[in-house]
Amino acid sequence: MTEFNTSIKNIGDVTVVYLNGFLDAHTAPVLENTFSDLVEQNKFKLVVNLKDLIYISSAGLGVFMAFIEKMRENKGDIKLTSMNEKVFNIFDLLGFPLLYEIFDNEEDAVKKYGGEKK
Amino acid sequence: MVEKKNRMSNFGNTNNNKLVVKSSTANLITIRKFINNKASLFGFSKDEIEDIVLSVDEACTNIIEHSYNSKPNFDIEISVTFSKNKFIVKIVDYGESFEPNSLKDMDIELYRKQRRVGGLGVYLMKTLMDDVKYTSVKNKYNQVLLTKKLAQ
Repeated sequence: MTEFNTSIKNIGDVTVVYLNGFLDAHTAPVLENTFSDLVEQNKFKLVVNLKDLIYISSAGLGVFMAFIEKMRENKGDIKLTSMNEKVFNIFDLLGFPLLYEIFDNEEDAVKKYGGEKK
Repeated sequence: MVEKKNRMSNFGNTNNNKLVVKSSTANLITIRKFINNKASLFGFSKDEIEDIVLSVDEACTNIIEHSYNSKPNFDIEISVTFSKNKFIVKIVDYGESFEPNSLKDMDIELYRKQRRVGGLGVYLMKTLMDDVKYTSVKNKYNQVLLTKKLAQ
């Protein structure tokens, strides 16, 4: 049984990161490692799909805060998509919708990068 | 009413209302299950249960990281009591003392501007619970009381 894991899909130069399970202080390092690996590979255009994320605590939110500047400095971003209502409420309480672009579905988030290229 | 009474009597076994775990983040899942179970028996809605579970997770995460400096082999004691419509979670640790007044209400606007990573937990607890009260007795123990009221 794994509490939390990530998986990756590449769509052109956009990387979609899928989060699965419970993201807390114990599992946050898993996401940190995923983001660090992507930075090492010069992949900065991320779409994070939270469809299968069941739970997030501030330790998990902190990982997004830790990497957003790095991605934006390199002409990328962390766009969020498909989060359930409870997870959205936590993001919303902390004012994250002002800091991050949040989409209802993955396709729209991926397309947004295409739009930005022109 | 009958249903509520039954729930209360299921809840009322004091021996089962305390959990002691070591200060490892691996135990956060155990803590969340314990609180989820107790809050369900008390009669909270799904949303309220999730708010309480997250608040207790945040409190325990702070204890692990700050009171015990991420050392995993110290005790965290979590106990649940209730009086009338109040569900009270008491969390005690024996780590480093601190000044509870230093946990000021967080300026969320400033947080956003500075993109700070720490400090979100206390803000969430204070937002999601009805009352959060810290006590720190130097070189003895720290205690946090998290209270949520059941809507009448």
